[in-house]
Amino acid sequence: MAGPTMIPTPPETPEPPRTLVVACGALAREFLLLKELNGWDHMSIVCLPAKLHNRPERIPEAVRAKIRKERSAYDRVLCLYGDCGTGGLLDKVLAEEGVERIEGAHCYEFFLGSEEFTALADDDPATFFLTDYLVRHFDSLIIKGLGLDRFPQLLETYFGNYTQVVFLAQVPDPALVAKAERAAARLGLPLVVRQTGLRGMERFLARPA
Amino acid sequence: MTNELDLNTLSDDELVEQMHDDLYDGLKDEIEEGVRILLGRGWKPYEVLTKSLVAGMQIVGADFRDGILFVPEVLMSAGAMKGGMAILRPLLAETGAPKIGKMVIGTVKGDIHDIGKNLVTMMLEGAGFEVIDLGINNAVEKYLAAIEEHQPDIIGLSALLTTTMPYMKVVIDTLKEKGIRSDYIVLVGGAPLNEAFAESIGADAYCRDAAVAVETAKSFMARRQGSILAREVA
Repeated sequence: MAGPTMIPTPPETPEPPRTLVVACGALAREFLLLKELNGWDHMSIVCLPAKLHNRPERIPEAVRAKIRKERSAYDRVLCLYGDCGTGGLLDKVLAEEGVERIEGAHCYEFFLGSEEFTALADDDPATFFLTDYLVRHFDSLIIKGLGLDRFPQLLETYFGNYTQVVFLAQVPDPALVAKAERAAARLGLPLVVRQTGLRGMERFLARPA
Repeated sequence: MTNELDLNTLSDDELVEQMHDDLYDGLKDEIEEGVRILLGRGWKPYEVLTKSLVAGMQIVGADFRDGILFVPEVLMSAGAMKGGMAILRPLLAETGAPKIGKMVIGTVKGDIHDIGKNLVTMMLEGAGFEVIDLGINNAVEKYLAAIEEHQPDIIGLSALLTTTMPYMKVVIDTLKEKGIRSDYIVLVGGAPLNEAFAESIGADAYCRDAAVAVETAKSFMARRQGSILAREVA
């Protein structure tokens, strides 16, 4: 007589860890796009204002405060920031908090990839970078942010050493390219457009815990 | 009818006070005019520099640090001071104004940012330093050549980028390799830097802004001259 039959149960698919992404506000739109495309329902984002870049010394503690405020509701926290002029202090805070950051000194680097970014910076250090975010907010962040609306005579002081604008375009958008062309013209510099996509960000966010 | 103020009608004290206001407001033409008037009244170039321009920029620097003024306003003030300095510089050289020390300064290799460095250069000149400005994107060889040519007391290294600030260590390590590091004071500055970084690369000090750079340079020079004097007395 045959014994009782065991019906095999399918292996359980573990739930992905609830993940919080602490990010620069300049990357929010790009994160939400990736989240939608990849179905990352386990991921949430909380942002700090992009204008903190004008006071980089404030970024590390602002990031720490955000992590501490939100982390109890999550299994994992990731950081979407470059070093962003903090001179290594952001990485020190993240090491203390046990949070992983995307590699790169700036968002330009993780959009373009380290190798290409380094080659471009070595080839022409006088490159002014724009991203989708910076193009969208060129007037408020660059023109008004640097006071060029009030003191247009400072254009030479700020941009006199630059030789080109490179627009690192994350999402193909002819309207943004046209806006980048106007921005470069306002700075009196030639424009180069490089389509970068969001692969660097996507690889980092998809990395297993 | 015009409401424009005729600077010629002001007494010396009133004119100096007005120049502080004009410097604060970044009015280059007015500063140049004020400098010429004071010189015309027989002021020594060094007096014009210290009492009108340097004292005026100290007010600007203090308000910048306190968050009352922002970078664009400071740059406008610096532009106005630059106008005055252009008139005074040759006269200062002719009249043998006191020199506190000599500095070679430059933005390091890979970096083309010079706003902070230019402010430091001008404020140091105003404080009585002779400054040799190497400009931007300087490889270590350029610093070495300038050191050999000018024999400075201080070397100033500037960088704005996280990616270029490590090059400061290349410069300092090269000075060590050549056995000349201790012959010079090395000051570093730039937005992403901090004291811990300055210490880690073996610089003598990190200067958070132009005013701090001037005070730090003066303080090191006083110590250096003190120790030279002490050696001579001994």
